[in-house]
Amino acid sequence: MASRTPGTRRTGIAMKPAPFRYHLATDLPDALSALAEPDAKLLAGGQSLMPMANFRLLRPSVLIDINRVAGLGALAQQPGGIRIGALSRHATIETAALIARAHPILSHAMTHVAHPTIRNRGTIGGSLAHNDPAAEWPMLVLLLDGALTLASRRGARVVAARDFLTGPLATALAQDEMVIAIDLPDSPPGTGWGFAEIARRHGDFALAAVGVTLRAKDGCIADPRIALTGVGDTALRAGAAEAILNGQRPDAVVVAAAIAAIRDVLHPMTDLHASAAYRRHLAGVLAARAIRDAWRRAGGEA
Amino acid sequence: MIETHAITVTVNGVAGRHTVEDRLLLSDFLRGTLGLTGTHVGCEQGVCGACTVLLDGVSVRSCLTLAVQADGALVDTVEGLGEMDALSPLQELFRTYHALQCGFCTPGFLMTCVDLLRTRPLASETELREAMSGNLCRCTGCTNIVRALAAAVAARGPLKVPAP
Ligand SMILES: Cc1cc2nc3c(=O)[nH]c(=O)nc-3n(C[C@H](O)[C@H](O)[C@H](O)COP(=O)(O)OP(=O)(O)OC[C@H]3O[C@@H](n4cnc5c(N)ncnc54)[C@H](O)[C@@H]3O)c2cc1C
Ligand code: FES
Ligand code: FES
Repeated sequence: MASRTPGTRRTGIAMKPAPFRYHLATDLPDALSALAEPDAKLLAGGQSLMPMANFRLLRPSVLIDINRVAGLGALAQQPGGIRIGALSRHATIETAALIARAHPILSHAMTHVAHPTIRNRGTIGGSLAHNDPAAEWPMLVLLLDGALTLASRRGARVVAARDFLTGPLATALAQDEMVIAIDLPDSPPGTGWGFAEIARRHGDFALAAVGVTLRAKDGCIADPRIALTGVGDTALRAGAAEAILNGQRPDAVVVAAAIAAIRDVLHPMTDLHASAAYRRHLAGVLAARAIRDAWRRAGGEA
Repeated sequence: MIETHAITVTVNGVAGRHTVEDRLLLSDFLRGTLGLTGTHVGCEQGVCGACTVLLDGVSVRSCLTLAVQADGALVDTVEGLGEMDALSPLQELFRTYHALQCGFCTPGFLMTCVDLLRTRPLASETELREAMSGNLCRCTGCTNIVRALAAAVAARGPLKVPAP
């Protein structure tokens, strides 16, 4: 090791990431043409990318900063649904009136995505492209039957969330493709929602989290949707449990059957934070809470 | 090949022009290039919060931000809050409530609190604790930090959050 006289300042500054070229994208076509280069990576909030770059787990040749691409973070009400620009920050979604009106579950769920300072930077597009198996966004977009618009120099295509999320940290994105917007269809009037999550510490990645939406019709559940995260390779919908709830009164027997169906399809991991068995148990407990809350918010009688 | 960019950045009100390597982190720019070592570096993966600074008035992790991304921006660090003999009101509250021991986490907590106090109602202790959950302190057990922030909230009065 080189000796260092006490009191002298090192002249060099340590560089954590491996070398790359930084490209500030001026607009969408500029970002897409830069993305056509081999080993190019988009830089959105940097809240998942930069830790990996600092550890040199990721060594991009070019980092394309999309933070100043105008319009990429827009929120808009459109006929039949809302459109969320890929660069929308978690903090913006948490507080936007448009979101609170269209999908209040999103405003609430954002308070579980990391911490305020991380939410100031982190984006929906980055979360979906990263697709962490315990992240909230993939589960929420799956729950709300969202679709993603992907663009490249070759053109644009629309992919349903269920086809986009292909596995842990894996998506349908091609190397030269970028998420530009997420469309969420409006939920029918009277839709109630429930969201329940357990993490080791508030804001940490979920050990398990469940989102539910449903309506109350003639004392019975209509249009139930249940999605989970943290309990498998990627976020998932609990189709069998949805079918069990549909058209039924949410009494103890029906809810127990739905919970059993959820636990049946899960393949959680064992890691430092929790065993697979605990995560499976937790998923059921949280689902029961989320179903109860959604039913109450939908105006269903107790 | 080493790629560089020329940036103009205003740190604590002082504008400067610098040539930085593309991969230089904002935290290392502040500490290494400018010698502003008040911004601390604990984990370099966004988890501990010690490196939190304000970028155009909004709190960010400087370890997850590139120096070149601060081009044209205002950066505020703990050095801009107060002087040793003239602490800011928030720093005074940290002292009053013994909200620090070794002080490693303190710059990050202070800059996070500046942002929280400007933007969040912080109407309950639960909200306050959740808002601070992104900063780690290994000494105090955090209770006194919560007390200091609660006192700052009381001194600030209710936040006028625009109606949705
Ligand atoms: C301490 C800490 C705690 C966290 N806790 C949580 C948590 O509890 N829940 C949670 O969900 N997340 C959590 N996160 C992650 C955070 O939500 C990130 O913001 C998010 O995962 C990535 O979004 P980003 O905008 O920062 O993306 P970046 O980090 O910039 O990019 C992530 C990846 O997506 C790619 N990418 C970015 N934008 C696009 C785009 N538009 N199209 C195609 N590819 C793109 C990048 O190239 C990169 O591969 C945490 C992060 C930290 C540091
Ligand atoms: S050093 Fe940046 S969050 Fe820990
Ligand atoms: S005072 Fe020592 S880490 Fe917080």
